[in-house]
Amino acid sequence: MQSLIFGFHSVPKTKNFIVTLIIALFSFTSTHAQFDIPKKPELQTSIYDYVDLLSVSQKNSLEQKLIKYSDTTSTQIVIAIISTTKGENIGLLAPRWGHEWGVGQAKEDNGVFVLLAKDDRKIWISPGYGVEHKLTAGTTGEIIRNVIIPEFKRGDYYGGLNKGSDAIFQVLNGEYKGSRKKSSDNGFPIGLVFVFIFIFIIILISISKNKRGGGGGGRGNRSSGVDILEAIILSNMGRGNYNRGSSGGWGGSSGGGWSSGGGGFGGGFGGGGFSGGGAGGSW
Amino acid sequence: MKKFLPWIIIGILAIGLYSWGKGFNNTAVDLNENVKEAWGNVQTSYQRRNDLIGNLVNTVKGAADFEKSTLTAVIEARAKATSISIDPSNVTPEQLAQYNQVQGGLSGALKSLLVTVERYPELKANQNFLKLQDELTSTENTIQTARTRYNEKIKPYNVHVNKFPNTILAGILNFDEKPYFDAEVGADKPVDVEFDFK
Repeated sequence: MQSLIFGFHSVPKTKNFIVTLIIALFSFTSTHAQFDIPKKPELQTSIYDYVDLLSVSQKNSLEQKLIKYSDTTSTQIVIAIISTTKGENIGLLAPRWGHEWGVGQAKEDNGVFVLLAKDDRKIWISPGYGVEHKLTAGTTGEIIRNVIIPEFKRGDYYGGLNKGSDAIFQVLNGEYKGSRKKSSDNGFPIGLVFVFIFIFIIILISISKNKRGGGGGGRGNRSSGVDILEAIILSNMGRGNYNRGSSGGWGGSSGGGWSSGGGGFGGGFGGGGFSGGGAGGSW
Repeated sequence: MKKFLPWIIIGILAIGLYSWGKGFNNTAVDLNENVKEAWGNVQTSYQRRNDLIGNLVNTVKGAADFEKSTLTAVIEARAKATSISIDPSNVTPEQLAQYNQVQGGLSGALKSLLVTVERYPELKANQNFLKLQDELTSTENTIQTARTRYNEKIKPYNVHVNKFPNTILAGILNFDEKPYFDAEVGADKPVDVEFDFK
């Protein structure tokens, strides 16, 4: 708006006026542009580098590190790297994004969302409800100021994110024990049951596959017992997947999860919530 | 058979009316609970800001010859803001507007305080002050988020109670339409805390 007023004062230079007017109009519209949060991805992992800021090996090492942390503590830390927030307040966008994707477990709300806008030269770290009493804005701000920004200033984005993650680990250390251990609190080893079901399913699948191969495709050869068996297998498979999604996963991700293919969080994002708090900085 | 027909029709109508009323009421109660919860978050975040302002005032006071006028403006605005509380089960548009106004006044006073601080290098180098500034920014964002979510929760509730024929029952059962939060005065601009790490 200031440029618009300025433009009126320099009316004699019509050309200048038009230019400033265009700039003013452009900046007006650009501040109202909204950043569209990408759809919740199929493969739910720890790093989404939309602008290829990190090299493949850097990305992999950081991704594995964060997944490993999530495996032991169930706390999910997700880093998204974008070019610009399109004029939106990064401090509002980051928690909104984390909340929309549901980073962290639903019960513990232990997600941390890190948003890096490369061309805005801004970074924001938003903790979920369940970790914000540890990862307070003051502490987060300190990490950003003292650990992350100095690395970024040197142009070392990987170094900043890597050291920043270590600092976050330290702050959160001992906070959550992971849902695997938590679920055994009620005296019933749910995790163990899942493992048995899993083994059971595999055995059943291999049996049914063998039978199908031997049967030569002849439908008449198969007894109704096999059909029931198959129904059990299918329903168990469904149940297994469902449980895996909601309980925070009973493993597999460290070895590159059997259904998720190339790693990612075991069980995906758990549906954690974000209050909107967090801290950030620019460099 | 003809003798019973009217009774059967009345019975069916009564069952239909009952299930409609029950369905309406229970959905409205659920939606209303969501609104209350969202309102609770709004109030918590404002309360958090009030607590932080206490710390901020103390920290800033310590700085040599800090301008008294900006400080008193914040303290007064805070006192005004804390004097108003709203019963979540019965929010009137006037109450909400008033609440919005005093909290907006506090936001404004706070903003000018943080701008004034820019002139005090000793404060800007103070680790405690920097942390406090982060906390304040974070809380402002939490407030914005809580307000947005409150409005989001209001919408399904209002749609539910205002749609015909629900609106008839809403009148009888006292489910009034709830007011939305208007944008806080100047809230479209984020709190401009400069991150200047040189």
